[in-house]
Formats: sequence, C-alpha cells, structure tokens
Amino acid sequence: MVKKNDLILIGVILIIGIGALLFMYLNNEAGSKVSVQMNGEEIITFDLDEDITYTIEGDNGAWNTFTIKDGHVDMIDASCPDKICVNHKDIHYDHETITCLPNQVLLEIIGGEENPIDSIAN
Amino acid sequence: MKTKNIAIYGLLVALAFILSYIEYLIPFPLMPGIKLGLANLVVITAMYGLGYKESLVLSIIRILLVGFTFGNLSTMLYSLAGGMLSWIMMAITKKSKWFSLVGVSVIGGVFHNIGQIIVAILIVSNPLIVTYLPLLLVTGVVTGALIGLLASMIIKRVNRHLR
Ligand SMILES: [Zn+2]
Repeated sequence: MVKKNDLILIGVILIIGIGALLFMYLNNEAGSKVSVQMNGEEIITFDLDEDITYTIEGDNGAWNTFTIKDGHVDMIDASCPDKICVNHKDIHYDHETITCLPNQVLLEIIGGEENPIDSIAN
Repeated sequence: MKTKNIAIYGLLVALAFILSYIEYLIPFPLMPGIKLGLANLVVITAMYGLGYKESLVLSIIRILLVGFTFGNLSTMLYSLAGGMLSWIMMAITKKSKWFSLVGVSVIGGVFHNIGQIIVAILIVSNPLIVTYLPLLLVTGVVTGALIGLLASMIIKRVNRHLR
C-alpha cells in the first residue's frame, strides 16, 4: 500500500520543513520596533520598549486594536469577522507577523540586528 | 453517469461538507485563515474511485458550498487556491505513477498549504508570510499521510461499488 517512494517523499519534505524551522528558531532574535501596515503600506512604527494601546482605522469602519507590553505586540480586538488576528499569539521576534486578512492589516516586528537576509530584502 | 454514481457524489459532497465544518470549528490559531485540508480525504477518494473530472467537480462544489455557508471572500480565496493547486499537483503525481495513493495525498496536503500561503502573501502584500511555510510543510505532510492511509482503506472497501 505504501511504496518506498512515498516514504522518501515524506522524509524529504519533513527534513526540509523541520530543518527550516530549526534554522529560524536558532536565528530568532528580538526586534526593536513594530511596523503597522495597511494594504501593503507602512502607516506608522512604534518602539517595542514603549507600552501602548493603538487602534488602526481602515476605510469602511474597519479597525484593529493592538497593545505593546514588555516588548510583546498583541492584537487585542478587531472588527473583522474571523478574529484570527485576535487569536494569534503575541509577537516579539524579528520578522514575526500578525495578519488580519479581512482588514488587510499587518503587524510586523522589525529592527533586529542586521543579517544577510535583511541585506538582500533591502 | 450511473444513478449509483450520482448517489455516491451526493454522499461525498456531504462528507466533504462535514469535514469542512469540523475544520471551521477548529481554526489554526497560529496562522491566519489557514485550514488543515481535511476535505482532501473526499477529493482523493473521488480521484481514485470515480475519476479525475469527478474529483475536480466535487472539489469545486465543496469550496463554493462551504464558502457561501461559513466563509467570506477571503476564506473562499484561500480554499480555492489551496484546493485547485492541490488537485492539479495530485493529478500530475497520480499520472506519474511514482507514488502510491499515500504519496499523492502527501503532495496534495503540502500543495494545499502552499496555495494558501501564496494567497496570504498576495492579500497582505508581504512576502514575510513565507516564514509560515516550514511549519505548513510539516503539517501538510502529516495530514496528507493520514488522509492518504484513510483514503486507501476507504477505496479498498468501497471500490467494488464504484464505476
Ligand atoms: Zn482580523
């Protein structure tokens, strides 16, 4: 029922996936800022060392509220129907994101130490 | 199409609908809007039991039905991208005859998640979403393999009633 090729396929994908997870975990570092983006454009940034609560307001009454506390950014409420962004765990490490697809809002941690990936992206 | 096959179609649509509802009840909180792809069980069973065309029709019916019932436009885009990419890759993989049903299902699970990631990147215009991919590869392999094993068992038992 299960061929040798199936097992090779499963093994290869698992190795790639787990390898990439490990690589990302080992390269984790705290960021210093959060970038608030809407429709793909950056609206504002905040330093992670200030404790604030901020609400992003979109065009047709859409809104997302997030907090920064002890360097962690967390979406606490939003007008979107699915509330996926609100249920998302808080973020802290460089390049971590919280996305609200219905409202097209994205919170992204930025400003970790410069690394090769950053240099390419910039 | 035989009357019996129409009945099987209806049964499979209903099963896919139930699986999608279960998925809807247990969201994947770590990642925005992303679904496990449990309904792929029905698509792959149909692909092996009924045929390519039938499984594609089934997949599209499921996505539209579930989208209009539980979803909104963005969740429907997700399922459509995941469902179609996964169907195409499963059809190619099945035709290649390199893998058994389990391997085909693993490919389906992985590309279901890749399709969803692509939509997420396009919607929020931020390529960083791709950092979710490693975890989604792993969950795609696991769900794909489990669904594949389950589908092989179903196919073995019902195959004589099909076609
Ligand atoms: Zn949201």
